[in-house]
Amino acid sequence: MAVLTSSRRSGASGLLAVPALVFFVVFALVPLAGALVLSFAEWDGLGEVGWAGLGNWAAELTDPLTGQALLLTLKIMVVSWLVQTPISLLLGVFTAGTQRYRALLAVLYFVPLLLSSAAVAIAFKAILDPNFGVGGAIGFLAQDWLGDPDLVLYVVIFVIAWQFVPFHTLLYQAGVRQIPVSLYEAATIDGANRWQQFRHITLPQLRYTIVTSSTLMLTGSLTYFDVVFVLTGGGPGTATRLLPLDMYLTGFAANDMGGASVLAVILVVAGLGLALVLTRFSGFARMRSEQEGL
Amino acid sequence: MKAMTSLRALGRAGVAAGLAALLVGAAACGTAGPRSGGEPTGAASAWIISGVTEKAFTNSFDAWNAAHPDKTFAVQSFANDPYKQKIRTAVGAADAPTLIYGWGGGVLNSYVRAGSVDDLSDLAADPALADRFLPSIAAVGQIDGKTYAVPNNGVKPVMIYYNKDLFAQVGAQPPTTWGELMALVPRFQAAGIAPFTVAGQARWPLLPWFSYLVDRVGGPEVTDAIVANRPGAWSHPAVLRANTMIQELVDAGGFVNGFASIATDSGADTALLYTGRAAMSLGLPATYQNIQTGAPDFLAEGKLGWFPFPAVEGGAGDPANVVGNPSNFWSISATATPEEKQVARDYIKEELLGERYAADLLAVGNVPPVAGIDDEIAASSDPAYFRAVYDLAANAPHFQLSLDQALSPEQGDAVLTNLQQVFLGQITPEQFSDAMNATIAS
Repeated sequence: MAVLTSSRRSGASGLLAVPALVFFVVFALVPLAGALVLSFAEWDGLGEVGWAGLGNWAAELTDPLTGQALLLTLKIMVVSWLVQTPISLLLGVFTAGTQRYRALLAVLYFVPLLLSSAAVAIAFKAILDPNFGVGGAIGFLAQDWLGDPDLVLYVVIFVIAWQFVPFHTLLYQAGVRQIPVSLYEAATIDGANRWQQFRHITLPQLRYTIVTSSTLMLTGSLTYFDVVFVLTGGGPGTATRLLPLDMYLTGFAANDMGGASVLAVILVVAGLGLALVLTRFSGFARMRSEQEGL
Repeated sequence: MKAMTSLRALGRAGVAAGLAALLVGAAACGTAGPRSGGEPTGAASAWIISGVTEKAFTNSFDAWNAAHPDKTFAVQSFANDPYKQKIRTAVGAADAPTLIYGWGGGVLNSYVRAGSVDDLSDLAADPALADRFLPSIAAVGQIDGKTYAVPNNGVKPVMIYYNKDLFAQVGAQPPTTWGELMALVPRFQAAGIAPFTVAGQARWPLLPWFSYLVDRVGGPEVTDAIVANRPGAWSHPAVLRANTMIQELVDAGGFVNGFASIATDSGADTALLYTGRAAMSLGLPATYQNIQTGAPDFLAEGKLGWFPFPAVEGGAGDPANVVGNPSNFWSISATATPEEKQVARDYIKEELLGERYAADLLAVGNVPPVAGIDDEIAASSDPAYFRAVYDLAANAPHFQLSLDQALSPEQGDAVLTNLQQVFLGQITPEQFSDAMNATIAS
């Protein structure tokens, strides 16, 4: 109930939180409890729900697919972060400039943000088609992008980055524009070159933007589903069967609601744990102005 | 500060829980379906699948509704994959339409076990119906000697479709044995043509290769044991041999480049056949229908050929055996009201696969599983093709339903994933058998 206390302290009535809280309980906590209950049940979506005790948990935890799905999810999380952060940061710094051509480019960069995930995935599926896609037209791109089990994960990471980099660029662009010009002017007078300015002014000033963007990226990567589902369906084989996809396929392709609920609970716990760790160690909670003294 | 932390944590929990909600919510949304009897427009209800055969269904229901104003059907159309999930939720929530569209096999079995569909044995034995359907097809709607589903759609035997121009180019004849088929592979490759196209990403198009080879090598008994969940059924020598043959064909370059990422929904697999980049395709009649819409000239110029899956030298299976989807089926929901059930029974008895219905199916490239339709076939747009499909199904000593449908949904998913890995060379035939045997225990 720390939430209520904090809002009261800041002046607003706790009652204001009631509508949001009702939504949260109805659409988040109740289904969550439902998933937890189902994780101990035997149910194929038809007929009676039977009790399985710890059977589902034992089955899922010993299933090599689950371990592989967790590992893939972890891998996609880390690599996505490593790919998306520098690109978004540099693009954000670039588009924060006031030159007109940059504004024009910025508009182009943001286009992917306007497309739905399904549209992005279908488009890339067509582009990457081994026979009728871009590979057929441009020789050196002739790769079996989505059919090679060793390659496909990186293709998925690329498509996800293509989709989400614009959003993070937007965060960084806004962050950079908040940095007082006087800092750069002072640095110029001191003889700092562009790189030094970036290294010693822009980066430190963006510290909390980086934390925010990273938190969104890392926790968001736990729920990658739509793009992967349309692009690869988890294949080839199990090469892109991420945890959320594994959950979906277990629940709705194999009709094993108990097993799928186990995976859902694992996903919730992983998400919660990750969020707690991130907020604790990144200084997210201690966020304060970087402009003290200006 | 503490408050901040728990706020963020709650937010995260919200996202994660939302995902969990997706799972539970989707399972609980059965109430969104039309209520039996609650539809103002019909005395009974039916859900159909959109696409090629939709017209035959809507024509039939429209004619029925016009002729029987007191026994009308409210018909709703769904895309294939969404339907499969929706119907399961609706049946689970006792909220199914009166007529339940299905594929037979494992799903029908689960309906029967849950008591969700009516026993139609008396209806099937009715003189008006008894001789209407091909026996090999009608048998798929029976479980333990009782009829729970009756055919309502075209027969879908899998056979090999080929591009006649490409065969002429390398001077090849349709192979009748596996050895001949393997011998064709290097000849097509030398001409820069891929021997086979297959939509590997969709997974299920790989299945007929396995089913046919198991049948040709070991006979239908091997698949029967698998479907019956006999312990160790998947390690039968015929299963191992079939997967070895598949890997030999893949290694020889039998399949088009990048087959693992070819999807069916874009029609790219069939396009490779009619654009002259791949010589053959092992497929359902959907192959023909896709060419009908994608390249009608290719058909009109008689460039499409077809032949049954070749025999395997020394194999125990009858080369006349067929794999595929025998048909689609109507079942009657057990939770419908007696009045609704009566309407549905009347419809099945008087209208199902009648003359005009059958002609409509033929017009869209589907051969209806009804006895004695020689005249209709002779009058159709492509008598030779329809004759071949009909004879293949009618003369088959054994018509094996696709394994992903015949098995339980859980095993169906597992066999698709593991078979894809066999094709990719990621697992050995032995590993495939072990992985599938493990699904029997659970």
